[in-house]
Amino acid sequence: MSEEATGRKGARRGSWKLAVVVLFMFGFGFAMVPLYGAICQLTGLNGKNNGMLVSSDVKERVDSDRIVKVQFLTTVNGGQVWSFSADQAQIEVHPGKLYTVYFDAKNQRDKDVVGQAVPSVAPWNAAKHLHKTECFCFSQQPFKAGEAKRMPVRFMLDPQLPADVDTVTLSYTFFDVTELAQQNAPKSSTEQQTISPKS
Amino acid sequence: MAEAHAHDDHGHDHSHDHAHGPDKGIMRWIKTTNHKDLGTLYLWFSATMFIIGGLMSLAIRAELWQPGMQYFDPELFNQFTTMHALVMIFGGVMPGFVGLANWMVPMTIGASDLALPRVNNWGFWILPFAFALLLSTFFLPGGAPAGGWTIYPPLVLQTGNSFPLLVFAIHLMGISSITGAINVVVTILNMRAPGMTLLKMPLFAWSWLITAYLLIAVMPVLAGAVTMLLTDKYFGTSFFNAAGGGDPVMFEHIFWFFGHPEVYILILPSFGVISTIIPTFARKPLFGYASMVYAMGSIAFLSFIVWAHHMFTVGIPLAGELFFMFSTMLIAVPTGVKVFNWVATMWQGSMTYETPMLFALAFVFLFSIGGFSGLMLALAPVDFQYHNTYFVVAHFHYVLVPGAVFGIIAAVYYWIPKWTGVMYNETLGKVHFWWSVVWINVTFFPQHFVGLAGMPRRIPDYAVQFTDFNQISTVGAFLFFIGQFVFFYNILRCALWRTGMKPATARVWDGAYGLEWTVPSPAPYHTFEDPPHVTDAESPWAH
Repeated sequence: MSEEATGRKGARRGSWKLAVVVLFMFGFGFAMVPLYGAICQLTGLNGKNNGMLVSSDVKERVDSDRIVKVQFLTTVNGGQVWSFSADQAQIEVHPGKLYTVYFDAKNQRDKDVVGQAVPSVAPWNAAKHLHKTECFCFSQQPFKAGEAKRMPVRFMLDPQLPADVDTVTLSYTFFDVTELAQQNAPKSSTEQQTISPKS
Repeated sequence: MAEAHAHDDHGHDHSHDHAHGPDKGIMRWIKTTNHKDLGTLYLWFSATMFIIGGLMSLAIRAELWQPGMQYFDPELFNQFTTMHALVMIFGGVMPGFVGLANWMVPMTIGASDLALPRVNNWGFWILPFAFALLLSTFFLPGGAPAGGWTIYPPLVLQTGNSFPLLVFAIHLMGISSITGAINVVVTILNMRAPGMTLLKMPLFAWSWLITAYLLIAVMPVLAGAVTMLLTDKYFGTSFFNAAGGGDPVMFEHIFWFFGHPEVYILILPSFGVISTIIPTFARKPLFGYASMVYAMGSIAFLSFIVWAHHMFTVGIPLAGELFFMFSTMLIAVPTGVKVFNWVATMWQGSMTYETPMLFALAFVFLFSIGGFSGLMLALAPVDFQYHNTYFVVAHFHYVLVPGAVFGIIAAVYYWIPKWTGVMYNETLGKVHFWWSVVWINVTFFPQHFVGLAGMPRRIPDYAVQFTDFNQISTVGAFLFFIGQFVFFYNILRCALWRTGMKPATARVWDGAYGLEWTVPSPAPYHTFEDPPHVTDAESPWAH
């Protein structure tokens, strides 16, 4: 019977060990958030790219033999807050050269809203070869009631873009983040950057 | 006993204090720490939830009797599909298996009780509260959750007042499952009778040991995922909100990292039950005992690296599609080993066909059909056609109803003479079996066809060419449901109205081996307070 007593003691110790495993796995669920972000960033999966490049870091090495089509897609998430479109639906570019394109957005409501554009690049293996030096998606865009904005995107395709890619699609989805912006408003304005997407 | 008690410091057995037997009245059930009482409570709870979830499925099938809207608006229909799944998975199947574990794990390994009896009581009694929370959402303004049991954002974040109740109900179910799982693991690892090595352990205990590890590993991940949903909705975080830098696809990864092991949690205990029943009625030791254990271990391991086969269509790269496709197809190997071993056990056995054996045979056959349709779904290129169609519905109902649920039913028929001391009515058992096995196929087999033809799941209306198959399905569902009351009547007779029922012998089945058959029928309130002597005669599967 003393065997049973040691059994129960072992059971108690085992339970605490397993409780630690439970806590660890609870944390693991949250750890998947940065892990997923890192994997997407690294591979370009999910159309995530490297984010902003400082202009001075960009060295233009124009590959004038190669022509790649770049298409622009614009979507407004959930409803008709904005009209949102690109100046051109498609342009032809040389890798290694900086281009500027313009997007037009107009607040169609009679109240102020804050917008956040979320970019996505397809195909996935082109995502990390698209460099942007300027984009309206880098920060939240406040719109007064009825206000229209003309917003630039300055980008370059890396000459190392895989050879099989002849078309790159750059899509922007505009989200209404007025509530999110208000929730974070009491904080300093620099902190606002932290809730904008990484790209 | 008393001598031993003096040596126990604080590690003493609670049941020693009540050696005279159970308390009387309702307090017996509320305060009980006895594994048999709690097993009974779990099983009744499970039966209640099966009826509630079954009624919801009838509402779904009634609405799908013909195209167009009949009885419910689409919002309520979606609430029924969502709640049917949550109630059946977390309220029906999981507590059903935990109930079986409560009853049979201690008795098959020669332990006097589970290692943590009070935790066991707590684990059960939070379940009624969890499901009261969940089911109460039907009566809230805005109704119950309607975003599907997979609770994908951003859809689920549009849920109204019932959303926090859903999240807290899932938290409570998770706590219940985790405490139950810890209890099973520490009981099996520390409380086995002397001489019962791990590789002499009956397969039901083995299946539960592996299941419990899966539960401990993935239920906290689900808890984390729903917590993130909660903070996204109410506290301004952006885990899954693209506008704030999050990603809704990430939820699918986290959810299915939980979800795929979860589906093996729902089936592994059935494997254990079937591996116990077939040798009994084939009167041969189980073929390939060790390979059965390793097969279950392999299935459990593989379940962690296949999750993205649920999301082939979200846009993962080719390399990912291939990896998840091949790793998923790999699961067919250990599963095939198990099916082979069950068939080989029956080979040249002197088979008899009592009700538990009939359900076990139906399990082997019909679960294999579900396994094969799973293999079809594992093929990434064709999954693009099958994805989110009724083919998926047919697949998982084949593995869950004739799989998991038939496993529970077979186990109840097999062990109820031991629990109650009387034999169930064999004729009614056979009626129940043939009725169930016919109508379950009538219900779900046509869903393969409508799925392949393109009928989407989770939809209250459909194109008119699917009507015939849907009507067959609806007829099958209603008749299957009605037939289950034969089963409930049979077990109620055994449990409550025993007069006129045939008393059971201690061995019950002449081909049955294992420690549970060495105690009288009905099993005394306390068993194995003195650890039994484990002989090779009671573990013929181990050589």
